[in-house]
Amino acid sequence: MDAVMASAVMNFVNATLDCVKFALDAPSARAVVFGVHIGGHLFIEVFLLVVILFLLSQKSYKPPKRPLTNKEIDELCEEWVPGPLIPSLDKELLYEPPVLESAAGPHSIINGKEVVNFASANYLGLIGHPKLLESCSSALAKYGVGSCGPRGFYGTIDVHLDCETRIAKFLGTPDSILYSYGLSTMFSAIPAFSKKGDIIVADEGVHWGIQNGLHLSRSTVVYFKHNDMDSLRETLEKITSKYKRTKNLRRYIVVEAVYQNSGQIAPLDEIIKLKEKYRFRVLMDESNSLGVLGSSGRGLTEYYGVSAEKIDIITAAMGHALATEGGFCTGNARVIDHQRLSSSGYVFSASLPPYLASAAITAIDIVEENPNLITKLKSNIAMLWKGLSKIPGFTIASNPESPIVYLRLEKSTGSMKDDLNLLENIAERVLKEESVFVVTSKRSTLDKCRLPVGIRLFVSAGHSESDLLKASESLKKVAASVLGDHN
Amino acid sequence: MIAIPYLTALTTYFSYGLLFAFGQFRDFFRKIFDWCSANSLQGYAPICLGLEDFYIRRLYLRIQDCFGRPIASAPDAWFDVVERYSNDSNKTLKRTDKISRCLNLGSYNYLGFAAADEYCTPRVVGTLKKYSPSTCSTRVDGGTTALHNELEECVANFVRKPAAIVFGMGYVTNSAILPVLMGKGSLIISDSLNHNSIVNGARGSGATIRVFQHNMPSHLEEVLREQIAEGQPRTHRPWKKIMVIVEGIYSMEGELCKLPEIIAVCKKYKAYIYLDEAHSIGAVGKTGRGVCELLGVDTADVDIMMGTFTKSFGSCGGYIAGSKELIQYLKYTCPAHLYATSISPPAAQQIISSIKVILGEDGSNRGAQKLAQIRENSNFFRSELQKMGFEVLGDNDSPVMPIMLYNPAKIPAFSRECLKQNVAVVTVAFPATPLLLARARICISAAHSREDLIKALQVISRVGDLVGIKYFPAEPTKQDQGGKSVKYD
Ligand SMILES: Cc1ncc(COP(=O)(O)O)c(C=O)c1O
Ligand SMILES: Cc1ncc(COP(=O)(O)O)c(C=O)c1O
Repeated sequence: MDAVMASAVMNFVNATLDCVKFALDAPSARAVVFGVHIGGHLFIEVFLLVVILFLLSQKSYKPPKRPLTNKEIDELCEEWVPGPLIPSLDKELLYEPPVLESAAGPHSIINGKEVVNFASANYLGLIGHPKLLESCSSALAKYGVGSCGPRGFYGTIDVHLDCETRIAKFLGTPDSILYSYGLSTMFSAIPAFSKKGDIIVADEGVHWGIQNGLHLSRSTVVYFKHNDMDSLRETLEKITSKYKRTKNLRRYIVVEAVYQNSGQIAPLDEIIKLKEKYRFRVLMDESNSLGVLGSSGRGLTEYYGVSAEKIDIITAAMGHALATEGGFCTGNARVIDHQRLSSSGYVFSASLPPYLASAAITAIDIVEENPNLITKLKSNIAMLWKGLSKIPGFTIASNPESPIVYLRLEKSTGSMKDDLNLLENIAERVLKEESVFVVTSKRSTLDKCRLPVGIRLFVSAGHSESDLLKASESLKKVAASVLGDHN
Repeated sequence: MIAIPYLTALTTYFSYGLLFAFGQFRDFFRKIFDWCSANSLQGYAPICLGLEDFYIRRLYLRIQDCFGRPIASAPDAWFDVVERYSNDSNKTLKRTDKISRCLNLGSYNYLGFAAADEYCTPRVVGTLKKYSPSTCSTRVDGGTTALHNELEECVANFVRKPAAIVFGMGYVTNSAILPVLMGKGSLIISDSLNHNSIVNGARGSGATIRVFQHNMPSHLEEVLREQIAEGQPRTHRPWKKIMVIVEGIYSMEGELCKLPEIIAVCKKYKAYIYLDEAHSIGAVGKTGRGVCELLGVDTADVDIMMGTFTKSFGSCGGYIAGSKELIQYLKYTCPAHLYATSISPPAAQQIISSIKVILGEDGSNRGAQKLAQIRENSNFFRSELQKMGFEVLGDNDSPVMPIMLYNPAKIPAFSRECLKQNVAVVTVAFPATPLLLARARICISAAHSREDLIKALQVISRVGDLVGIKYFPAEPTKQDQGGKSVKYD
């Protein structure tokens, strides 16, 4: 039986080979383009023909149906009334942010008045740093402002490559990749590595940029309770048992080092233990910890004393401590190279203006040369904490070492909108009456984060002792007055 | 529609087939090899999967020296391309200190604002000193400076809309605005060749997405009729709203949008229209106001006008212009306004200054000269290429002109040969175009002089003969060409 099968197969193979030989021997086969015999195309034609015939024979059965007549469609189109492009505007939509008339340094000018600025994530006080300005001006002179092209098409300037190397060297990772905007970093990087069917376990408090990335990846996304390791463990356990059989499923944990939405710090030691136990990869956003945490500002990994290589993908926006713009992702060479062709925000967008890349290099140099900036920031954070410890009507929701000091209402009014109005009222009065610029955590209607809103203070190494005292005193005063009225 | 010659299609398929087969062959041995050596990543699925990864490793890496060439100067008409070498058959490329000065036919420097400019540069440097490179804050918090408000006013005035809002990146502009405006129960009808940022924005919005054939108003009408009659899938409820998204100039095709026809269809069926002018704003139109001006469309007929500053203005960022109410609403809800760092002040100043130059508000007529120059340059270059027998896509007046290559072997050949003769061109392959339709893309700038263009044409013609991409017969005689080109001078 086997022998018969084998000989049948042999016959078939021989026949095919004959066919191919015939095709290649055909007179046209002598045409040569770039050393390739194009005569082989006959073989492909035959193949295509077979495929087409096969497809034609697969005609499916369609039940007879009566399509709408043109007249009916005309009527339907006539009748259709579109909704408005945007909903009608409420009064509260008319919020106008304060307009700065100077750089957004620790002291800025608003309405002709000098105010203490707690609204800029200028953690190390690098805004206006002479070295930064100098490197920007020389880059502007050499390269102009914009790069006029995506990275693939002559938008790669040598400073981009230098900047990528510098970041990798600073963080001790093999390689890194620059994005032209902080917000696009995560929402391009996540879909590059996670596709339909893959699993992502994410913190419920993540930033919108990450939420959007999770959505765009079309992966299965499971949220765990904000910064709650028990909840993370349970979720991982559940998922591991649910998908035990499925191989080749990529699994990720997505966290932020310092959460923009709460000022909490992620317990990285726990996360690494869990990740290794359940074999998940970790994506971590270091936007608010780079240049802040760890003794030399290398971020959360340094803070916990783990090597950056344990985290598979690290991203960060450079619009915070580094006082420039753009973002980067860092990791091993494979992770980085893959993004250079597969990450939509990298491939399909003009590259970072070279002067901003040059500023990033200089900012990292400054951080490395001046560890005292980080010490100063730490003592400033501690001091603000002390000053705000007895603020009436508020609790401090952030971690004592986070550069974002997050004040949350002790007693919520019950609706996020009313809470925000109340907080906005406080922030406005603090600015107007006390010349201290603080901001509330505003939420877009698209944001899925449901953590309580609050007042956010971005502490900077550039703040002086008196600035910090002034901030805490005036916040206390206004809070007492507003919340007193309120109660 | 691009009609691929029969023979070309077959050889192209054949080439890809060969590359594919070789790639699979190598992967097969790699697998055996990996299986023998101990695997340290047990329990993890590979981080890069499937065909996409295969494409990168086995096809793209072979020709990666044609992409991402680093440059060491401003992307002006001539620029310094850094030479690279590879010791591991193109897997990694290392920079050398050597540079070659090349004619730049690749950057989107339509009006020549990429280089230092006598009006813009001093103002940009002044702004840098005053505002520093970044505000480190979002627009709704502490990132709105007087400059940002001035920029928004200036842009609204330039594009002739009541109000505008700006963002620090064009990509984010599209991908963060669409989710705000559209959602479940609404329908987005998108041109089949729209930019990836629009595709991502549409996906992020959760709206239903339908595609109409590239730049075909008749097909758009068909889709609209069908969709309005059918309503939402399954429930057949009427759509909440419908938005049609088109681009002004398609960056991979060089084609102008058939805007008047498309607007007529949209009006008839009450659909909103979203126009992405990334490549057209500043580059076309009598006063640089984009396709609306070029095609005689009233901007009031376009509900949402979007554009980017990375091209004609030589800066970064993007804008949305529309009614006052629309912009006010976006300022309250758009995540890119609420959560992203505001646009860098020097970049904002560059946009303001370049718009002033374009409009002649700097007190010179350099803007008008630039606009005349880019139009003249583009039309001259396009007609010469066509005369030589290249298959050039796109419309007259468009500064973008793709030259079809098709065959994967011709991509590196064309790119490397041109670079050898100091002309830097962009070749575009798979992720940005369909697999079969590889092309080279020329972007003309107002900064190019007539001598530059003639040199470029000579080189491209020579390389075109060598590589065999003159798919059409050349038009007769050199003298004739000379005679005709005189007219352009
Ligand atoms: C986690 C995270 N990702 C992205 C961003 C956005 O970065 P950028 O403000 O530089 O656009 C931020 C900051 O606002 C952030 O906190
Ligand atoms: C049509 C279109 N929209 C948006 C963009 C993105 O703009 P940017 O490069 O500023 O991110 C591009 C860029 O290539 C584009 O061609």
